[in-house]
Amino acid sequence: MTGAYSTIAFDAARCDGCNACMVSCAQAKAGSDEVADSRIQIVAGDGAFELAMCRQCGDPRCEANCPAAALVKNEDSGVVDWDGSKCVDCLLCTVGCAYGGIVRNARAGHVVKCDLCDGDPACVKACAPGALRYVTTARIYNEVGQLEDLFVPGLSGCQGCNTELIMRHALRRIGPDTVLATPPGCIPGMGSVGYNGLTGTKVPVFHPLLTNTASMLAGIKRRYNRLGREVNAVALAGDGGASDVGFQSLSGAAERGEQILFICVDNEGYMNTGMQRSSCTPYGAWTSTTPVGEHGRGKTQDAKNLPVLMMMHNCAYVATASTAFMEDLYAKLDRAIAASKRGFAYLHIYSPCTTGWRFPSQDNITVARMAVETNFVLLWEFDPEAGLQLTHPVDAPRPVRDYLEAQGKYRHLSPEQVAHIEAGIDRQAAFIARLAQAGGAPPARPSFA
Amino acid sequence: MIRHADYLIIGSSHAALAALHTLRMHDSEGAVTMVTRDASLPYSPTVLPYVVSGRSQPERVFLRDDAYFRAQKVDYLSGIEVERVAADRNVVRLANGDEIGYKALLVATGAQPVVPPIPGLGGVRYHVLRTLDDAVALRAAAAGARRAVVLGAGLIGMHAAENLAHAGADVAIVERLPHVLPGYFDADAAAMIGRAFAAGGVRLFTGREALSIAPGESGEPGCSVVLDGGETLPCDLLVVGVGVAPVTGLLQGSGVAVDRGVLVDDSMRSSVANIFAAGDVAQARGFYDGVKTLNGILPDAVEQGRIAGMAMAGDPGIKPYPGGVPLNTYTFFGQHAVSVGTHGEGIPGAETFTTVDASAARYLKIVLRDDRLLGIFGINAAFDPGVMWELILRRVDLAPVRERFLDAPQDAARVLMSRTWR
Repeated sequence: MTGAYSTIAFDAARCDGCNACMVSCAQAKAGSDEVADSRIQIVAGDGAFELAMCRQCGDPRCEANCPAAALVKNEDSGVVDWDGSKCVDCLLCTVGCAYGGIVRNARAGHVVKCDLCDGDPACVKACAPGALRYVTTARIYNEVGQLEDLFVPGLSGCQGCNTELIMRHALRRIGPDTVLATPPGCIPGMGSVGYNGLTGTKVPVFHPLLTNTASMLAGIKRRYNRLGREVNAVALAGDGGASDVGFQSLSGAAERGEQILFICVDNEGYMNTGMQRSSCTPYGAWTSTTPVGEHGRGKTQDAKNLPVLMMMHNCAYVATASTAFMEDLYAKLDRAIAASKRGFAYLHIYSPCTTGWRFPSQDNITVARMAVETNFVLLWEFDPEAGLQLTHPVDAPRPVRDYLEAQGKYRHLSPEQVAHIEAGIDRQAAFIARLAQAGGAPPARPSFA
Repeated sequence: MIRHADYLIIGSSHAALAALHTLRMHDSEGAVTMVTRDASLPYSPTVLPYVVSGRSQPERVFLRDDAYFRAQKVDYLSGIEVERVAADRNVVRLANGDEIGYKALLVATGAQPVVPPIPGLGGVRYHVLRTLDDAVALRAAAAGARRAVVLGAGLIGMHAAENLAHAGADVAIVERLPHVLPGYFDADAAAMIGRAFAAGGVRLFTGREALSIAPGESGEPGCSVVLDGGETLPCDLLVVGVGVAPVTGLLQGSGVAVDRGVLVDDSMRSSVANIFAAGDVAQARGFYDGVKTLNGILPDAVEQGRIAGMAMAGDPGIKPYPGGVPLNTYTFFGQHAVSVGTHGEGIPGAETFTTVDASAARYLKIVLRDDRLLGIFGINAAFDPGVMWELILRRVDLAPVRERFLDAPQDAARVLMSRTWR
């Protein structure tokens, strides 16, 4: 059966027309330096660069048009393979392709097309500005798509809810040998702890108080350890539960190195109960308790940087992640699960909230992506040996206005407030960069004993 | 014996296979039977000239294998001819007397060679090229041929002539119309193609008619073709490639409306609601004039087959047939000719831009109307025919890029493609 496939993505905005991709393709495939021999063709439009190359279509018309069975979609690689021993040079494939992706090459004497260089495309490696990317996210679908979704269908999250995505992805990967804690918030609120005596999960789930999530989970994990049974002890908590009233037990469990995985789903407030502010709510944001009116202009304090606080506990693993960068998220999930066997693992996943942040439900991933592209959110990971490392550094961030303007909760911002946010972003980026440079664990405080 | 199928497909070439592909995307379980008079796995008539030339081995031209039909849960009945369609009872009768019932029927029987009414032709041995057996037979005959005559300068005739010339025969082509490949190329382009044939040792008799055919001397194989000018072309191999006609005999008395081919609407439905037709047998709406016409070319067979399959399965994602656009590609003596669209005859306001570089054997003709592309034709000229087809169907306004398009159509079209439908 076919799965999803890796593909080459082109970001025209980054292309500077240097032709390095075409030269490297011609060298790799034709042994020439002529761009005419390249299977990827960058064409200059007025003021922008455009792309003509094989899309490795799922339902390729070149294949349907081939009278000689020389073109076949390879179900393993996803590449539309060309068999030179069958091709009759009739060019009917070029009539079928609406993308200029299969073209007769005079030097070769037959049609040529992109074959993705066996999964290591030369053009992508040659693209200095990063306009070409080899997207391998399909791997996640192929691997994780086979795993069971451990939440029931029909959870009552809001339309377009990012948190529901995070829950389902995370638990699917963590697997069925799990005890799950979901303190008050959107996660139990949408039905994961269940109704009428039935749970909304296919694993044991419990509903601790906001204040004691990490300590209850630590106790359960210790009990299982004593019984000699290996289970994953996992918390799916909101930012309010983690950063405000639940912080004491969270900090304590981290300091003791409890073997649990604590996932904080950060939608920047108490969205479940009517969109009140939390200590993770950013400066300037509208919430029902930081209203906008005659006097109020949204939240007047900056957000607490909870993941950095957790890192300072010198946990086995701490990372930030976003559903707009799934490969990164899954890599961190894997490392967090592994780390939770040794000690405390903390994963902080940003979850834009269509209802509470006020943007159309179909824009959730767009907003999540913009948060990273503007450096509003930084993606990094930490372990005591390697220290903090940025996993998706953004060298030329987009203006944060793009991100702010995408959301109703920032609609009222004055230029001064925007300037405050911009300065905060720069400060945060510089601070994290310094941590990244420092490497290794944060300095330990000498014990009092 | 009576079988029953939810979907019955008569034929096994491009239109039939495309229909099977799209109907299975929507209905993975419905019972499908494909019945074909060919005794083999599916193949394309288009590959046959290459079987004759030896470029394709006959056992390697099949478009699908048994495993495919097993995986798609299709009963593939080969070597069986359908004699009659009884539309009133929703069954077809096979040559062996069996019947197959259907809920939806696709007629994708293709076309068969036309044998011209030339006196004497019935009394001599000649070759046509429509089936794999024809191709294998012609290949065997070509190996020993010294003098060959090809009647008809369409794609089949031209391919056959070139193959025979490569095999060492002295070849003559006789064509009634004034130039080769009528319908696809204009006189300038045809002349360029004709020159390549002349240089390859092939004699062209265009605008000439074969009046009669005389058998060879007794005991001698072969025959003589007598032309309207009085010349006699003796040959030991005669190939007839004057054209093809849709295979519609099985529909006689069925109530399905047939003109030259099966008349179909924009979902490939015939005048009988559960009978569809696609490919060379179908007579569907032309893109330019809206008149239903035969458009017997492979890419259109695929397009029509896809639509027919979706219509038969009730796929709500179906988009109506955009109308047939003449398209073709033609390779000859290592050169490449591509035609997309119309030359614009009889279309008011059509503007034609032709560049001929005889020394480089390069020819490019672009036909526009109101800055929309009507057609583009090239010999050894670089452009992407699939992109051009799409520009025609979408009636993309070329006014903003008109000069660039006329100067460098491939680049200009790629930019439009990348911005419009990437």
